[in-house]
Amino acid sequence: MRGMWAFIHKLGSPPWFFGFSGTLVRWLLPVTVLLLAVGAYWGLLVAPPDFRQGNSYRIIYIHVPAAVVALAGYYVMAIAGAISLIWRIKMADVAMRAAAPVGAVLTAVALVTGAIWGKPTWGAWWVWDARITSMLILLFLYLGVVALFEAYENKTAAAKACAVLTLVGTVNIPIIYKSVDWWYSLHQPASLKFTGESAIDASMLYPLLVMIGAFYLLFAMSMLLNMRAELLWQHRNAHWLRQRLDVS
Amino acid sequence: MHPARKQRLILVSLVVVLSSTAIGLAAYALRDNINLFYPPAEVAAGKAPIDRTIRLGGMVVEGSIERSRDELDTTFWVTDYKASVAIRYSGILPDLFAEGEGIVAEGRLDEQGVLIATQVLAKHDENYMPPEVAAALEGNTPRSAAPYQP
Repeated sequence: MRGMWAFIHKLGSPPWFFGFSGTLVRWLLPVTVLLLAVGAYWGLLVAPPDFRQGNSYRIIYIHVPAAVVALAGYYVMAIAGAISLIWRIKMADVAMRAAAPVGAVLTAVALVTGAIWGKPTWGAWWVWDARITSMLILLFLYLGVVALFEAYENKTAAAKACAVLTLVGTVNIPIIYKSVDWWYSLHQPASLKFTGESAIDASMLYPLLVMIGAFYLLFAMSMLLNMRAELLWQHRNAHWLRQRLDVS
Repeated sequence: MHPARKQRLILVSLVVVLSSTAIGLAAYALRDNINLFYPPAEVAAGKAPIDRTIRLGGMVVEGSIERSRDELDTTFWVTDYKASVAIRYSGILPDLFAEGEGIVAEGRLDEQGVLIATQVLAKHDENYMPPEVAAALEGNTPRSAAPYQP
């Protein structure tokens, strides 16, 4: 217990975090690339075609991981926002800000691949159903956090405003997740289930799980790299950073 | 916990709970607008408006598809296993359109209660499986739809 608290306290220290995240990214990079390569090869070439959709279903290997991690990433951003508001830890502001653009890109990928998938299967690029519309709101929430932060001159005030916005937006995540069950929608219900048997055959499921794992790592790595870039900027004149980077 | 932090924790929790409640109530009040389509039972019961464009969603009734010989006109029935409504559509149907499969049609109801559709979308389900598995299941669950052929 004491060790865990000591670790959490160390995370808040920029010099320590800069070193730690550097090591973490060096390990994350090869593992992420490997998982992406294995998942893509398995899903696109090895997995069998679907009995109704043929090969067009294979876009699931990008669409679902992007959407799943876009939702999970929002919680990462919201928890960082809550920590920033309650404990006033600067590193939480950096984390919240770093998660927003990554989440926005993943949400955009989910929306675009969904449209590309929708045309051949449903017959339409875009339908204003609950799932798709709530996902579009998620994109605007992510972009809103990015924009709101830039709108303030005072960065402490900016972080506070962004944290409140992210916390208000958390209600959208269960809405997106349950939208296909609560309302009549064109989007089908979830194939992946936390409990019970999934509605997707095992031969197609395993590569999907590999891709979801790969996207989680991709999110973590991108967020850490964003945080490191922000720390580099914030502490550009600090002695510890100059020493670490060997510049005088 | 420090009293100031405790107070901020309570405040943050209140922001989340109250904003969720507000948005939840709004979504509940607007549920009829959030629903993408009316099920056939509500259309048959006269709950759907007849003077404007609506969407109707359900399963295509087996054996109900009638195609015109020389035009693109198609007539079929959709059901939610409580009531059925006829749909008339002139145009190209999506690839996944088939008997026993879900669809969502957009159009207006005429005096006979037939939906004159301007768009028909296929609503596929959440099941994914290889063609061999589907063929093995054929014995248990009848499926009239044409299977995928490579």
